[in-house]
Amino acid sequence: MKILVVDDETDVRSLFEQRFRKEVRTHEMEFAFAYSGEEALLFLNEHLHEAVLILSDINMPGMSGLELLRRIKTRFEQPPPVVMMITAYGDADNHSQAMKLGADDFLTKPIDFTILKEKLKIIADAKNIGSR
Amino acid sequence: MTLATILSFLLIIYLRKSLKNSQPQSSWYPYLNYSLIAIVALFVMQETLYPGPVYMLIWPAILFVLIYILLKQPELSSSKNLVVAILPLAILSSLQALLDVWNYDVTDKIRDYVSIAYPFAFIWAVVFFILFRKQQKALAIERKKREEEEELNKVIAARKNELEAIVAERTAEITKQKDELQLALDRLTSAQTQLIHAEKMASLGELTAGIAHEIQNPLNFVNNFSEVSNELIDEMKTELAIGNMQHASDIANDIKSNLEKINFHGKRADAIVKGMLQHSRSSSGQKELTDINELADEYLRLAYHGLRAKDKTFNAKFETDLDPALEKLNVVPQDIGRVLLNLINNAFYSVTEKRKHNPDNYDPTVIVRTKKLPGKIEISVKDNGNGIPAAVMEKIFQPFFTTKPTGKGTGLGLSLSYDIIIKGHGGSMKAESKEGGFAEFIIQLPT
Repeated sequence: MKILVVDDETDVRSLFEQRFRKEVRTHEMEFAFAYSGEEALLFLNEHLHEAVLILSDINMPGMSGLELLRRIKTRFEQPPPVVMMITAYGDADNHSQAMKLGADDFLTKPIDFTILKEKLKIIADAKNIGSR
Repeated sequence: MTLATILSFLLIIYLRKSLKNSQPQSSWYPYLNYSLIAIVALFVMQETLYPGPVYMLIWPAILFVLIYILLKQPELSSSKNLVVAILPLAILSSLQALLDVWNYDVTDKIRDYVSIAYPFAFIWAVVFFILFRKQQKALAIERKKREEEEELNKVIAARKNELEAIVAERTAEITKQKDELQLALDRLTSAQTQLIHAEKMASLGELTAGIAHEIQNPLNFVNNFSEVSNELIDEMKTELAIGNMQHASDIANDIKSNLEKINFHGKRADAIVKGMLQHSRSSSGQKELTDINELADEYLRLAYHGLRAKDKTFNAKFETDLDPALEKLNVVPQDIGRVLLNLINNAFYSVTEKRKHNPDNYDPTVIVRTKKLPGKIEISVKDNGNGIPAAVMEKIFQPFFTTKPTGKGTGLGLSLSYDIIIKGHGGSMKAESKEGGFAEFIIQLPT
């Protein structure tokens, strides 16, 4: 399963790679990184269908995570990628807006990697069942 | 009755009349009254009780006494010229009286001369009397004028006193007003000091959310990387136990890099907290060597995240174009930070306003640029917002001038910034703009 992580903080990359090093090693999960909404869209254009899960920060300069979410949900209809939103401000406002735009899940920073890992596994299992 | 009688009588009546209206009343007036009574009595005596030729001489004598008095007394001096009028008549009448008394034959010829002289003397008397009257009238007018002048002078003096009183009153009033104004000025000065402090605190308030975000992020990394390193150490132990040195070494490298990251993010949070403390602290005015690039980057991020936290819909691109050749500069870092924060906040405000009105096809962007120039450095904050209208341009550095709605800005930011750059650091600050296109604030600081 390919996961696209969108965050303006570059160190997120090594963090994910270490946190999920076992999953990466077993090719259970594969990570790609984009450091802005614009970059994420470029990646999705080039790698359509590859990323089945998108993890995006909301609070980014330039295109915000919510805007990215809106564009993904209106543009990439088939198959609809799973989009999980992450933000430092875990408030109701951002939550409801993300939900309204069709976010599949919602995480708050600091990310609890144990919970995230479980959620990803459930999705991965569902995908595997679906593809079988 | 002789001419001398009539003349004496008329002279007294006239003098009496002329003195009657004089103020203060002449001391001669009562004497004139007595003289009049005496003359009337004498006349009655002459005509009734004791008639005789002796009166012929008494009357001229009385007349000359009167003339003498008239000439000698200063109080009657104004009537002196009257003597000129009546003198010929008086002499003639006296002469005639003498002639009548003595009754010499030889006097016939003289008597003729006297008779002939009488009409001339009369004419003389009338003419001089008329002249005298005229003179008197002129004098009277003169006197009246003088009196009027005196009256006027009195009025003027009274008015002058009145005016002096008014002036004194006004002066007191003005002094009081001056004192009140001084007090008001003192209050304003202290209010200004408070406002400057409030402005600083307000910008700190704007910063708080940005600071929270900026601290939260590195803290998350510190926590995450330390947790993951902990896991890695367990893993490394396992590898070492089974003797897989290569894996153990790889993991050790990862841990090392993680510790570097932890250190990096810890320092990042530290710098932010220090910056915040510096910002809130009253400026000590102490200049210290400061990395302007670092300062600019830090405040750009703080401003951005502060605005993000306040307004969820806010979004803009921010870019930095920082000249690595920039040397550290001796400045008051919290003051320059405030200037940068103010300019960056304004820039973000401007692009946000523009986006509200044209949401499509608009890419709100704020660029902070630094550049090394000969003998100085240049810092520029540029936005592609609405720009500054030409009419507003010359007022932007004035205190309390703001185009923001009430409550959104104090109008002190730019004027304080201007003071900091010009007075505090001997630099220059200018704005360039194209209305609807861009606004750029350019600061130059001497190195």
